[in-house]
Amino acid sequence: MLESPKLTRRSFLISSAAVGGGLALGLNIPFGGPGVVRAADGSPEITAWVVIRPDDTVVVRIARSEMGQGTLTGLAQLVAEELECDWSKVITEYPTPGTNVARKRVWGDYGTGGSRGIRTSQDYVRKGGAAARMMLVQAAADGWKVPASECVAANSTITHKPSGRKTSYGKVAEAAAKLEVPKDVPLKDPKDWKIIGKPVKRLDTVDKLTGKQVYGADVKLPGMLNAAIKDCPIFGGKVKSFDPAKAAGMPGVKKVLQIENAIAVVADTWWHAKTALDAVNIEWDGGANEKVSSASIAEMLTEGLSAEQAFVHNQAGDSKAAIDGAAKKVEAVYVYPFQNHACMEPMNATAIYTADSCKVWVGTQNGEAALAAAAEASGLPVAKCDVEKLLLGGGFGRRGFTDYVRQAVLIAKEMPGTPVKLLWSREEDMLHGKYHPIMQAKLTGGLDAAGNLTGLEIRLSGQSILASARPEALDKGKDPFSFQGFWPTGEHSLEYTIPNIKIDHAMRNTHVPPGFWRGVNINQNAIFLECFMDELALAAGKDALEFRRALMSKNPKSLAVLNAVADKGGWGKPAAPGVHRGLAHFRAFGSYVAACAEVSVKDGNKVKVHRIVAATDTGYAVNPAQIERQIAGSFVYGLSAMFAQECTVKDGRIEQENFHSYNSMRIAQMPKVESIVMPSGGFWGGVGEPTICVAAPAVLNAIFAATGKRFRSFPLKNHGIEWV
Amino acid sequence: MARLTINGKSQAFDVDPNTPLLWVLREQVGLTGTKYGCGVALCGACTVHVDGAPMRSCVVPVSAVEGKKITTIEGLAVNGRLTKVQQAWLDNDVPQCGYCQSGMIMAVTALLDKSPKPTDAQIDAAITNICRCGTFQQVREAIHAAARA
Repeated sequence: MLESPKLTRRSFLISSAAVGGGLALGLNIPFGGPGVVRAADGSPEITAWVVIRPDDTVVVRIARSEMGQGTLTGLAQLVAEELECDWSKVITEYPTPGTNVARKRVWGDYGTGGSRGIRTSQDYVRKGGAAARMMLVQAAADGWKVPASECVAANSTITHKPSGRKTSYGKVAEAAAKLEVPKDVPLKDPKDWKIIGKPVKRLDTVDKLTGKQVYGADVKLPGMLNAAIKDCPIFGGKVKSFDPAKAAGMPGVKKVLQIENAIAVVADTWWHAKTALDAVNIEWDGGANEKVSSASIAEMLTEGLSAEQAFVHNQAGDSKAAIDGAAKKVEAVYVYPFQNHACMEPMNATAIYTADSCKVWVGTQNGEAALAAAAEASGLPVAKCDVEKLLLGGGFGRRGFTDYVRQAVLIAKEMPGTPVKLLWSREEDMLHGKYHPIMQAKLTGGLDAAGNLTGLEIRLSGQSILASARPEALDKGKDPFSFQGFWPTGEHSLEYTIPNIKIDHAMRNTHVPPGFWRGVNINQNAIFLECFMDELALAAGKDALEFRRALMSKNPKSLAVLNAVADKGGWGKPAAPGVHRGLAHFRAFGSYVAACAEVSVKDGNKVKVHRIVAATDTGYAVNPAQIERQIAGSFVYGLSAMFAQECTVKDGRIEQENFHSYNSMRIAQMPKVESIVMPSGGFWGGVGEPTICVAAPAVLNAIFAATGKRFRSFPLKNHGIEWV
Repeated sequence: MARLTINGKSQAFDVDPNTPLLWVLREQVGLTGTKYGCGVALCGACTVHVDGAPMRSCVVPVSAVEGKKITTIEGLAVNGRLTKVQQAWLDNDVPQCGYCQSGMIMAVTALLDKSPKPTDAQIDAAITNICRCGTFQQVREAIHAAARA
């Protein structure tokens, strides 16, 4: 997940001043009559979200970033629905962040994280489509000199009902663009949707099959040079010394330079730059952090499990009294590691700097944050900078950060007028992540004589993302996002009704920078809670499904997804010989999710995940086919993390440098995923992340059923578990 | 100087013979469809065909492929006509971010050349590419679809 835009205060002030001072609207305006804003090819903009070309092509503007999650197609569906356009004629484009700032943020928030791409912009993008439709209809009616109320729009065609006359969007676009944008824009009743809710194909597939698709790493500009970089591997450390002599004389090398705490080589090709960088003898000064290790961090977190001071986020009744007076007390400690995003495309950015401009090409989850980073690093006002957004080769939260944009601009600044592409090696990407936060949890539950859960305490101890990445978003020092899935109410609410409860967080921050990750804190919180629920059910002598159901009577949506996976997953019915089942449920990013996993275990340690039945209630489901793909994909990410992934710290630095020590799922390990997309309507829940968190606990509960072993620290490879 | 035959075209390049084929393709030829993922032949994003066999080009020095027939993702579709693997990928809406898909498609194309109707076990053994978005379910469906086509 990722929070709001990261334009810094400084750059906001600069950009506001520039806009207030009557800054020209950049690339637009020059061709047309007053009031008409034009796209780069001269076609008129009807509303900020819709450009119509004379050949009826509909260009839908997309502010959020596409990184594989399908948001681009989903957002286009939302606009097209209200626009009543021909879906086969829809294409998309990204307006640049600089244009957004210059146009008083007409496209709103560019930040793409927290599974918010669709759910937090659905309202205004649909209105953008609806307003454009109203204007096109009005323009046609004006041309025919009839009332607009006698005209209807469908499939990019406007029909005057009484006379049967027809015209196309392309024909009336010019006239429509001159009209006032209506203020009162009613939206369709969901029951009338024709494109929203349909499993239409993605709009961005073909170029990904032929090698044509350009990612940040593929940018080519005339005269461009290439840079490789090594930042101090000990977080917070510095360059003590470096000897550029050997590298400087190597083939293709243009420059060896120090950029803040990093050494970079600029060369004609990246291969030359990388090879020369490896020949630079660098001495690092890690300072006090050189003494930090995984063991010292674990010790700090373990202390937090029983510390006096902690931030309380969910409290009701008297949990201590309930647990003290319980017939049975259950306690467990769980441990979750640092993890890297390991996007397939390593971090990169291309920049060109001159005395009065700076332009960046980058795959980013937050175009405006990239713009702000470019302005900060170049020292130029925001109005003189811009960012061309490119498709991301994976984001998962990592590309909401802008550290690599800053580096690219600082390097480009050393070679004014020359475009420079900075590409991280996989090793650099592994050593300089924004890691999934490290966390421990102590869970204590009290059961009465009848096996009812009467009290629950969860003490989290570990890192806060916000404290490091967005301290201004902390709530009096507390990080509410550490409690994802444990909130008393809201989009990350705990769905079990427990009379006496206390969930708190002893914040223990480390020098390892944490970051938003696919799911982030729901990943460990769901493991903590949902494995512990099975531990409690076992202690209570109850069935894991019935035990959960009894606590969910006040939350019918949660109960519905749980029942759906239990039913389709065959819970309570015999499984195939050797196959065992596990359940998990959670609420995250507004959606209700559940999973029922089937595993078998051979030789005590060879775990095969055969099948996972998953359900999600996202409220509205814009594209069920893409939601199914997000569910299956999230399981690949979540199970890779649970079985195989951990970043350990030695001498202040991360030890894992590539996929040999930081493995990821292959097709042979992929379970059959059966998705139940069950939108109940009335709300907009997230898609890309919520389901990630139920795969791991469902599998862990199934492994327990198969082996009687309860694993409480991760990844499972540390327990000798082989994932087959 | 290295002479390479790439997608049917013979070209000479003035590069160090130890330069990995991946970087010659990307930086000398300008074919950026072949991706850099790990640099050590673990992820498969850089998979190309050398004389029809799948190879991870990030660890293949150009000197090792002189005189051999190299095919990249750009060399699959002829005159814009997608191959049956590419078509199956399109029909099944396989890619998410797409970054690993060039390598995936090259690996699958080589598998189907050798085993036109692969079993799931053959797929599991032959396709070891990493995909972080997690497209494996659709990849498997599309492989079977391509085999049926």
